Amino acid sequence: MNYAQQVLTHLRKDLRLEWRTKDSINGMLFFALLVVVVLAMAFDPASYPTMTRQISGGLLWVALLFAAMTALNQSWARETNNNVLDAHRLSAAPASALFVGKALANFLFVMAVEVVLAPIFTVFYNLQPLGETWKLLIILPLGTWALVVNGTFFAALSLRSRNRETLLPLVLLPISMPALLAMIQATTAILTGEFEPTLWIKVLVAYVIVFTTACVLLFQTILSAD
Amino acid sequence: MYHRTPEFATFFLRNVHSGLDEETRITGGCEPGFYTLRKAMPTKNDLQTQATATTIDLTAPAVELNRVSRLYGSFVALREITVMLAAGSSVVMLGENGAGKSTLLKVIAGLASPSYGTVSVFGEDTRDQRGRVAYMSHSTMLYDELTGLENLTYFGSLHSDGASRRGLQQRAAEALIEVGLEPSNTRRVGEYSQGMRQRASLARVLLSEPDLLLLDEPFSNLDVGSAQSMIARLLDYVAQPSSSGLARTLLLTTHQAELARPLAQSTLTLSGGRLVSLIETAA
Repeated sequence: MNYAQQVLTHLRKDLRLEWRTKDSINGMLFFALLVVVVLAMAFDPASYPTMTRQISGGLLWVALLFAAMTALNQSWARETNNNVLDAHRLSAAPASALFVGKALANFLFVMAVEVVLAPIFTVFYNLQPLGETWKLLIILPLGTWALVVNGTFFAALSLRSRNRETLLPLVLLPISMPALLAMIQATTAILTGEFEPTLWIKVLVAYVIVFTTACVLLFQTILSAD
Repeated sequence: MYHRTPEFATFFLRNVHSGLDEETRITGGCEPGFYTLRKAMPTKNDLQTQATATTIDLTAPAVELNRVSRLYGSFVALREITVMLAAGSSVVMLGENGAGKSTLLKVIAGLASPSYGTVSVFGEDTRDQRGRVAYMSHSTMLYDELTGLENLTYFGSLHSDGASRRGLQQRAAEALIEVGLEPSNTRRVGEYSQGMRQRASLARVLLSEPDLLLLDEPFSNLDVGSAQSMIARLLDYVAQPSSSGLARTLLLTTHQAELARPLAQSTLTLSGGRLVSLIETAA
């Protein structure tokens, strides 16, 4: 079985587990909707269209970031139940395939939440993007992968910690700052149409390449740790 | 027959010895864990004769521990364990609760690093032997939300070398049948009884066809009939050489010594983290 098939095997398993439990998606969706609705009630977006466009990118990504974090902790919890992770540690399959499969599963879960959230967000904040809207189709998946790949890695790193729910945001948030900045700026550029998002998209691409490579290479060490 | 030296303990357990008509009991006459018991080596001719008959390399040690200690904080779980198990050995490990049996299995499996000493499996670092070692613990190491067949198909695919999905499912179904479980059962593993979980867990470890099988109290939740079926399956498994031609090695812990007797070519006893004795028996 080649590497891609191994990844697909892990991905299929994670999708099946999520389909049966719906632990991650339900939690994420509830959390993200709550943030969006509460913030929409805090001020009147229709009265301040310019300001709304300027801050909406930040609001969207903050909602997604915190929502994703609930799913990231959950995804590895499945592997620690019944010590399944030990079976993976003894398996002949490459450890990084397990990581990539799980990161892809988390990516799909967060994207599914975005698909539901995006129209609701647009309606609640009365958003009419002034820039090239199609570029959001690049920024949203790139930004989501940037959050998810690091999140999956650091969730695995904090797996053996007693305070892993607390530890994950403490580690993940600082390291995700460059990606957050890039994805917020790029999204704001499209919503306001005031500047070009290209530079920020390039920053995001570079971030994704560097951190995906590092996480894939280092995951074996994380998995093998006592 | 045995030579003692005070430096460290070494046990040479070899298949050729299982044919001996004597039952040899060895207990430490001196400080446990610090004595050496060296069984007289078989001659080259003995080894060649046996190897030709069974096509098994009797000289390859499956497990070699040299002065292995394992600490959890200030608690010493294992104290200077030195032991060598030859490929093809079938060893039952006994000891009271907290004697260090599970820790020793984890150290051999590479799931826990020794605090001191060295461990090698098939002559290499145990962490380099992924796929050749299988470990069954108190936990099932199965996903509760998947059925037995889904679990085994998944884990089987991680060890497969290009088998089709249908082929993997077929092998998984056979593995379940061999331990007395019905592959068409749509109940998820989380809904299984303890005994069914135990058997599904055994099917998982056997599916990967490991050269070294480490079982931690495999009979603990089984009735006598199920336990005997499991023993028969294990005897059958150990009797067959692996695809690499190497004799399969079994090391299991149990509190049911009588039940496990058919598997006990040799019996190791631990107490307080120390290796106390070796009893070589005809399985």
